[in-house]
Parts: sequence; C-alpha cells; structure tokens
Amino acid sequence: MRAIGTLAHRLAILVYIAFALFPLFWLVKVSVTPNDLLYSEGIRLWPSRTTFEHFRFVLAHSDFPLFFRNSLIVSLATAFAATTLAGFAGYALSRFAFRGKLTVSGLLLVTQMFPLVMLVAPIFKLLSPLGLTNSLTGLVVVYVAFNVPFACFLMQSFFDGIPRDLEEAAMIDGASRFGAFRQIILPLTLPGIAATVGFVFTAAWSEMIFALMLISSNEKATFPVGLLSFVSKFSVDFGQMMAAGVLALIPACLFFLLIQRYLVQGLTAGAVKG
Amino acid sequence: MATIDIRSVSKAYGGHAPVLTDIDLSIRDGEFIVLVGPSGCGKSTLLRMIAGLEAISAGTIAIGGRVVNDLAPKARDIAMVFQSYALYPHMTVAENMTYSLRLKKTPRATVAEKLEAASRKLGLDAFLARKPKALSGGQRQRVAMGRAIVRAPKAFLFDEPLSNLDARLREQMRAEIRKLHAGLGATSIYVTHDQVEAMTLADRIVAMHGGIIQQVGSPLDLYDRPANLFVAGFIGSPGMNFLPGRWDAGARAVRLSDDSALPVERAIDLPDGSAVTVGVRPEHVGLGGDGGLAAAVDLVEPTGHGIILHLRLQDQPFKALTTDRRYLTPQESVRVTMPADRLHLFDGNGDRIA
Repeated sequence: MRAIGTLAHRLAILVYIAFALFPLFWLVKVSVTPNDLLYSEGIRLWPSRTTFEHFRFVLAHSDFPLFFRNSLIVSLATAFAATTLAGFAGYALSRFAFRGKLTVSGLLLVTQMFPLVMLVAPIFKLLSPLGLTNSLTGLVVVYVAFNVPFACFLMQSFFDGIPRDLEEAAMIDGASRFGAFRQIILPLTLPGIAATVGFVFTAAWSEMIFALMLISSNEKATFPVGLLSFVSKFSVDFGQMMAAGVLALIPACLFFLLIQRYLVQGLTAGAVKG
Repeated sequence: MATIDIRSVSKAYGGHAPVLTDIDLSIRDGEFIVLVGPSGCGKSTLLRMIAGLEAISAGTIAIGGRVVNDLAPKARDIAMVFQSYALYPHMTVAENMTYSLRLKKTPRATVAEKLEAASRKLGLDAFLARKPKALSGGQRQRVAMGRAIVRAPKAFLFDEPLSNLDARLREQMRAEIRKLHAGLGATSIYVTHDQVEAMTLADRIVAMHGGIIQQVGSPLDLYDRPANLFVAGFIGSPGMNFLPGRWDAGARAVRLSDDSALPVERAIDLPDGSAVTVGVRPEHVGLGGDGGLAAAVDLVEPTGHGIILHLRLQDQPFKALTTDRRYLTPQESVRVTMPADRLHLFDGNGDRIA
C-alpha cells in the first residue's frame, strides 16, 4: 500500500513538472527547427532535422548581445539595491518597535495594490525632467522602487524566523547591535537573502511594460523589449525569437544554480532546542 | 566578581500596568541568587534589565558599584545563559565559546588557553569542532555555559537555563551549576519558575509575584517561615495546605469552619474572631490515630519514595505526604492531625502572623 502511495506521489510530481516545463521545451524545440520545416511538418515533438542557425544569427547579426548586456546590468543592479534596502528595512520591521510601524507596513502593502500600467504615465512624467527616461539608471530606480516593498516583507519574515536570543547573546558577548546583525544574523539569513535576490532578479529580468515605455533607443533596450524586434509588420521570425529566448534563460538558470544551496533551508537548525 | 545593587527599580511599558514595582535588592559579591515565581511575575524582565536588554523605567542598577542604567549590554561585563541556549548555529563549539574573546581582540594564545580550560571543565573537549546542531540538548547547554565561563565576567545571569532539559539531565546539570559556582565564586543571578531548582541552587531566594518581591531569604527561611500566602503556596512540593478559620483568643486556637479547634502554641496578638488562614505542609500532616480531623481519601499517588494522599477535609482539598506504605484506598476515611508547632498562620491580608 505504501509503495503504491509513494509511486502515485512521484507520478503526480512528474506530471506536474512535465506540465510546467512543456512551454520551455517548446521554446527549445522551435529554436532548433529550420525555417523551412517550421510550418511544413505539422505538430511534432521534435523536428526531423535540427539547426543552430538561429542561434548563430542572433549572436552574430542582431542587437541581442547588447540587449542581453543591458538586461544583465539592470537586473543585477536592481537585485543588489533592492535586497540591500529590503534587508535593512525588513530587519527594522522585524526587530524594532517604533512609532508608525503599522502605517509603514500598511503603505508598503498599498504600493502592491495598483496595476503597473496605471503608473506608467505618471512615472514617465516624473523621470522625464530628471533625464532618467531612456536610461538604464532610470529603469533601475523604477524597478527597485517596485520591488522593495515585497522584498521587504520577504526579508522581514526571514528575520522573524531567527530567534532574538541570538543577537541578544551576541550583544551580551560584546557585539554592538550592528555587529550582531553582521556577524550573527546576516550569515543565518543567507537563504532568505538568496531567495530575495533571486526573486528581484527574475522580476527585473523579465519586466516588459516599463522597459518598453521608458526606453526609446535600441542601445538602451533590455532583452524583453529586444525580443519584440523579431516581430516585424508582416512576419514573426519565430526561430530567431525562440533562440534569443533560450539564450535569455541561461543567466536566470545560472543564477539559480549559484544561489540554490542557500535556498535550501535548515541553516538555523541547532540554534535553539531542536 | 562584583556586587549588584538594585535600587527602587520599576518597569512599565507605556500606558500599561507596571511589570515591576519598586524592586530593591542587594546582591553580595559571589552570591548565588535565584529569582523565582510563576510566569509573568517579572523575574525575567528584571534579569534582562540587569543584562541591559530592557530599558529601566525608574530606579538604578549598579554592578560593582557603577550605575549601569545607560550602558549597552556589551559594556556591562556580564555573561548570560539563555533558556534557548542561543548558540550561534553557523559557528563551531570552539567559535561559539570564544566569540566574546575574539570580539575583545584577545591574543590568540590567551583565547586558546581559556577555551582549553573551560572545555575541560565542562567535558566538551571532544566536541569543539562540531556545530551546535550536532550536539545533544545537554551538550548544547554546556556550550552555553562554556561561552559564559571563558569570559570570567563580573556576574553570570541565567534565564531558566534548564527548562528545556529532561528531568534526569536537569538534576545532573543543577548539581554541576552548583559545583561550578563553588569553583568560580562568581556572582550569579538565576531565574526559574521551578521551586526545586530555587531551593537547591540558591544562597538566597527572591520570591516574586505580580512584579513585586514577596520575600528574600535563604531557601530554608522561605520554607520554614514563608512571609505570606503566596510564598507559602509556591515553595514546597506538593504545596502547602490552607484552611480558612477564625482566631479564638480565649482558647488560643483557630476555629475551622466546622468549629473544631486547632490549638496554636505561640503567643499571637490578634483580636478575637479575626479571619485567619492556617497553613500546614503535606509532609507535616499526621495520619491515623484517634484525635484530629476526619478526612476522606480522594486519590492515592504513590511516588515510590512515599505516597501523596489527596484528601477532602471539611470540603476543602487537602494533601498529605507519608513515607509510610500503608494501604489506603479512595473513599476510605482517615483521621489527620496537624502538630501545633508546624502550623503557619496568615492574617486576612495573607501576611504571616508571628
């Protein structure tokens, strides 16, 4: 009976993974399908002939490497800035009692209630006189502003999970509050920081609306906007678009590979009675 | 090593009823003080105020003659052992124990020396390279103590350090803490809700209730001459029995609700007819014989060492502790006697009389 249960469990997970990953598979499949077979072979799981021509073209003859670089700059800067800010803010929300704490939390929540589209025009109006339109810096500022509230709640919950006793012990042992934060709390929050960085990075990496509205020149475009350049008035070059998409997946995958060991919880086990 | 002087200390959180009211306590150099009381009595708050983890609302706390009210915890030179142990999970046992020394930029050779001495004393030599999660509860407890010992601080603070251990280990650690204190001679303040721990560890016990110190004295003082009903009921296990009555000045006895008289030998200055409460410890109750009061057996609890009898006496719950293995069964009736020199008398306010 138990063996059957385990089997069913595994099977359910497998089905789910297949379902979730299928679009990615399709992306890869189309990216290696030669143009002449794309419409002629009908729906097949794998083309009868594969090619890397699309990849070669995208890397050598399109602006894609530039979009890619822009995206990387924007996403890394956003992830770094948002996580740092959210880390400090989350710690304050988790540990300190101060006047207006509830109001601050409430306002952070309010920022999450509006659809981004509503805010595009006012933000454009704000950034324009500052010279921050058509600029990667402007994009980073906007992304940080939109990601900090959620990242802040995320970090707060990670700090909440670390017993106060630990920093109190450190403070009695001779550390200042900041010293206790840096030497005791921060190392224990690495999984939380990794999760937050990952979340903000992917959000910035795939953001489209602001990138489209705030950036006007090709040199400053990020890759989601760049993908649109494969759509022309009369046709869509699916092969090249998918190849670009596959390439865009690589940094995200690498990134998660890098942080996955911190994402695995259990670092705080043994701090207090287990 | 240092004295600790607590002068009219109060603690209140804005707008709420005070947690601590007007605490006065002088702790001698090298003394082992136990703060005991039920949860919410303010004992942990007082300890945290001494440690510098809670602000002091009023009054002063001085460690070694220096007022520390406005000093950060790190400047007070005290060590604290937490109930949760609060070991740093990402550091090894050795790193945990030497964290404070390394913060003070102690020379490496001195650190190694102190670590070696402390780990030998606590039997932790074999575990120095382990992380806390690879230790048992008792070992973690030792590391927490080791972390305090290596510093040779002015005072040790213990916040219910044994409550997470099982009964046998707790008994063992209790004895070790006592031995450690005898060896180090450091001023120690120990918070617990467990009156057995308080009795066995303390030079002096501070019994607290409702944010107020109820009594300060040696363990046997509190046991033999509890200052009020709270201390009488809190110290001792099973707890003291209480019976309501009226003082009969003529007969020099207490009249219980059924008018039976309990003679009291001491000279007592009370107006005739005042309400009093008589207390008697279960271990002092005599069973059987012809005299005494009639009681019915409710429940029999053998402990191996003796038997705890749950009785009903004049419709009040009443306990007796006997080492006599006589066979009593529920519903059976028994005569109980209370020796006059073992009776505790409390007035209408619950304060001890004579």
